[in-house]
Amino acid sequence: MVRDVAAIGAAIVAVGASFGAVAVAAGLPAWGVIAMSLLVYAGGAQFMAVGLVVAGSPVAAVLAGLLLNARHLPFGLTLGDTVGRRLWQRLLGSHLMTDETTAFTLARPDGDARRRAFWLAGTLLFVAWNVGTGLGVLAGGVAGDPAALGLDAAFPAGLIALLLPSLRDRDIRRAALGGAAVAVLTTPLLPAGLPVLLALVGPALLAVHRLRQPSATPTGATDGSGPADSPAEARSLTSEAVPVGRKEQSC
Amino acid sequence: MLIAVIVALAVGTYAFRVSGVLLRDRLDLPVWARQLLPVGAATLLAALAATAALTEVGGFAGWARPTGVLVGVLLAWRRAPFVLVVVGAAASTALLRLLGVP
Repeated sequence: MVRDVAAIGAAIVAVGASFGAVAVAAGLPAWGVIAMSLLVYAGGAQFMAVGLVVAGSPVAAVLAGLLLNARHLPFGLTLGDTVGRRLWQRLLGSHLMTDETTAFTLARPDGDARRRAFWLAGTLLFVAWNVGTGLGVLAGGVAGDPAALGLDAAFPAGLIALLLPSLRDRDIRRAALGGAAVAVLTTPLLPAGLPVLLALVGPALLAVHRLRQPSATPTGATDGSGPADSPAEARSLTSEAVPVGRKEQSC
Repeated sequence: MLIAVIVALAVGTYAFRVSGVLLRDRLDLPVWARQLLPVGAATLLAALAATAALTEVGGFAGWARPTGVLVGVLLAWRRAPFVLVVVGAAASTALLRLLGVP
């Protein structure tokens, strides 16, 4: 587990460094760049914000960044049980939530393992991003181009690797593949952030489907094609939402 | 002005994050809704991975990146260690770019 997080962490240091370098080169003061990484802590929104601030559209920078980050609300709903019971854990843990942290966390079975995964990934990746930003600021415009290192391929590959075991579940597979298709097809048409949110149409349809047949009694209500109507299937969604494919080899 | 942008982004982003976590306590979700949350999260992550793999500012990202991602996914499919997945994807893409593939 530590090794897996470290692999993504190394890539995050490099991308953080390129953020720091790009932002300083674009004319932002060092304190602003570092404050952004510490306080906003969302790579995509930060790159976008720097671009729009430099282009002279601060309002657009905020709106576009927030649209991009709206996905953290459903992530928070999903991880709410995992972060911890105490208020400080919930307040601090919320700030550490990112796509990668969420993926690492959901790839663990419910319970202590999942909680440990959240805090380990959350802390290490936060440190990685901010150390990277600091290095980039120090290096000025000299930090390497992450595209030349292929790092833009590393993140989607890592996310998919973490998701793969959960795709064995039929509901999750359908929703995820359908959502991915919707997001890719609408990307040329919609502002960044919206296509990904639109992917939730699949799970939303599942929800409507279940609302319409609130039959708690599984007998007779299941027609075989309805998603997760049987108790066994339903249980598999919560307790091992993302079955751990690589637990043995990674911790 | 920069301070205002940073503060607004930071407060707004944190509000999204923390409201999900805190709402989870307040909402008395029925079982089926709780079961859908991980489905929703997996869908968001899949959509994110797919758009990050294939697109760049609203257009096609070029062949180097999706090919590298595909190498990583195949490695993951073959149950290669996670580190190898990440390094394999990055290295393939970097190599293709070195060879002049966009």
